Amino acid sequence: MNIFNIIDEIEKVDPEITERLNPRRAAIKNITSFGSKVAVAALPFALGTMLKRAYGAASTTDVVGVLNFALTLEYLEAAFYNQGFASTGLIPSGNSDYIGVIRRDENAHVKFLQNVITSLNATPVQASTYDFTGGNNKGNGPFKDVFTNYATFLAVAQVFEDTGVRAYKGQAPVLLGNQTVLTAALSIHAVEARHASAIRKLRRDLNQAPNNKPYIVSSASLGNDTGLSLVDANYAGEENVTQGGVNLVTALNVSTEAASAAFDEPLTKDQVTSLVVGSFIVQ
Amino acid sequence: MKTDINPISGGANMARRSFLRYAGAGAAAVAVLGATACHKDRVMVDPVNGTDIGSGDIGILNYAYALEQLEAAFYTQVVATPYSGITNLELTYMTDIRDHEVIHREFFKAALGTSAIKQLTPDFSKINFSSRDNVLATAKAFEDLGVQAYDGAGYLIQSATYLTIAGKIVSVEARHAALIANLINGGSFVSSDQVDANGLNGSKAIADVLPIANAFLKTKVSASSFNYTI
Repeated sequence: MNIFNIIDEIEKVDPEITERLNPRRAAIKNITSFGSKVAVAALPFALGTMLKRAYGAASTTDVVGVLNFALTLEYLEAAFYNQGFASTGLIPSGNSDYIGVIRRDENAHVKFLQNVITSLNATPVQASTYDFTGGNNKGNGPFKDVFTNYATFLAVAQVFEDTGVRAYKGQAPVLLGNQTVLTAALSIHAVEARHASAIRKLRRDLNQAPNNKPYIVSSASLGNDTGLSLVDANYAGEENVTQGGVNLVTALNVSTEAASAAFDEPLTKDQVTSLVVGSFIVQ
Repeated sequence: MKTDINPISGGANMARRSFLRYAGAGAAAVAVLGATACHKDRVMVDPVNGTDIGSGDIGILNYAYALEQLEAAFYTQVVATPYSGITNLELTYMTDIRDHEVIHREFFKAALGTSAIKQLTPDFSKINFSSRDNVLATAKAFEDLGVQAYDGAGYLIQSATYLTIAGKIVSVEARHAALIANLINGGSFVSSDQVDANGLNGSKAIADVLPIANAFLKTKVSASSFNYTI
């Protein structure tokens, strides 16, 4: 059994294997010399460990990075709903339970993430200053009436929830194989998706967005289904209909709308940062 | 991981072949490592009246395929014989969800190719499809189960590509789950039966999910590599 044959084989399907292993080039060298000294039978274990490092088992720094990124977004959401409830006359009493459970969850996420980060002997990031008009502390951004107009408040809520779902999804690969943290992150991800669904349905039921669906229904050319062109970037890529190399529209003969709605799409950390920092998160 | 196959010029079969080549080679690599590491228990079993999901990422994909088959079959029946008193909007929602679940099912079928478990025969004899309460309660059970299943199996996935695909699907299942909960009882989309005090959705192990799914299946699904035999 030749370890390099295996890497060659993997390279055929994952051209990035060498790149993945590169930071640990020393480890490969070690294994090579190691192989001449110890029983060949030990090699598979060494290789397994090396591959696990290359593909899974993110460093604690990486894990904390994801958690602090998540915490940054949860602070934003929690502050948004807290301020919404502090704004007299904004949330109708008939909706206060409905929005209240979302507020409850976002604040719980903040506490939970702070605790997890602390338990990893790391320091949770601090909350920022927020401008929910999207004006980067000028208070005159595109959503000026966010705390005086319920329709604007819910529109911003929908965008935050949908974007939050995308943000968590984008971080999942960093947590590959990490039973505790990945499962927790996926569990928050699912709750954000529940919120997104609920806000979308509420906006439809209130006739604020009469065609809104609880899921994101993109057209072939536009990911954004909110009708609010200001937030096109928050939905960019949601129109994707190719999954794992299979174009669902052509392979399954289904509509773009159904194929795009059936799969939510991730955003990278940089994409999310550019969507919220310098507008909602004061820079 | 490169998955930039041109699906248009390549066509469905081309895309499928390429995906399979990836999946197959991945499985082979895992098999090589697994065999040398003495994982002799990772043998696919195919019981007479059932099917085993297999091991590794293929096993997880088959697990998802099994659950999507169940959901797709359920909503197909709901749309074919809508419950009494269904509103136009409710029928639209049920049709949308059916379409999503069918797409999920067909996606997994295509992705798995020859590694796919067989087509499952559902057993919906306990469901009263003419009753709104019964249909929505069953829909809630399936959607909540699906979300908990994906969230609980995520850490077992070895490929970042597959993990991302699972993530893309689970949030849509969670959107469905919240919608169904809201149709049953407005405002119950994050109720305490699914979401805990930390704001975390529940998650379930494969061995806890399959017995629930099997109650609605004539073809029983086992997962001998994941601590669940029938």
